[in-house]
Amino acid sequence: MATVKLSFSPAPVHVRTARLVGVAVARRAGVREDLLDEVRLAIGEACTRAVALHRQYGLADPVLVEMSDGGSYAVRVVDRAPIEAGIGLTALPPDELANESLTDEALTTGVGFALLAGFVEDLQVRPVDEGIGTEVRMVWPVGR
Amino acid sequence: MELSLATRTVGEHTVLEVGGEVDVYTAPRLRERLLELIDGGARHVVVDLGRVDFLDSTGLGVLVGALKRLRSASGSFALVCDKEPLLKIFRITALDQVFPLHPTVDAAISADSAGAGA
Repeated sequence: MATVKLSFSPAPVHVRTARLVGVAVARRAGVREDLLDEVRLAIGEACTRAVALHRQYGLADPVLVEMSDGGSYAVRVVDRAPIEAGIGLTALPPDELANESLTDEALTTGVGFALLAGFVEDLQVRPVDEGIGTEVRMVWPVGR
Repeated sequence: MELSLATRTVGEHTVLEVGGEVDVYTAPRLRERLLELIDGGARHVVVDLGRVDFLDSTGLGVLVGALKRLRSASGSFALVCDKEPLLKIFRITALDQVFPLHPTVDAAISADSAGAGA
């Protein structure tokens, strides 16, 4: 099993780097070409969410992205925000999306979660095993 | 690819052509440009996503913000998009039920003008 780890300061400018690395490793691992757009989007959404949480809580800790290809392509995106903030993800129903009272932040969070849930069949959001934080774990099949 | 933004006017419509990647880093620039246009008096805005090759939740949030702002100003807002990967993003988020989506700028302007005149 090969592993690539990327750790980046919680700034929006680095999310693109994480997407590029994530897709490069996915391609190398043998993820089908037609899934790579979804891999790119999902890793981007998970990292965007982590960066937003770190900024919300004023955390300078890096966001960790760990990619591994043991039989499937697994990506973990780990944040260090308090757990109650990270787990409470909900998708928004269509009639609420353009509701005037919905804040931009709530809309972006809801839409981001809808994209993660919609593009990743094997998705888990759970507390990290050690310390404070949440990990978003995404798995894609490899090979044909 | 860097975000690119270009504006042109077609009749009473303002067309904003967006290219490149719209993500958590670049979306604030898109938000600023849309606000400039709306604050500058644009009331019928068409955003052409034809050259966008990446769009995330932050970008979608900016587009919804512009839609809401124009609605409350009795204006209109439409998107041009014919790329399947982007259309899938709108379907998955149910935003295809929120935005008027058209395959070409001409179609967006025709549909909007017909709606406004009705």
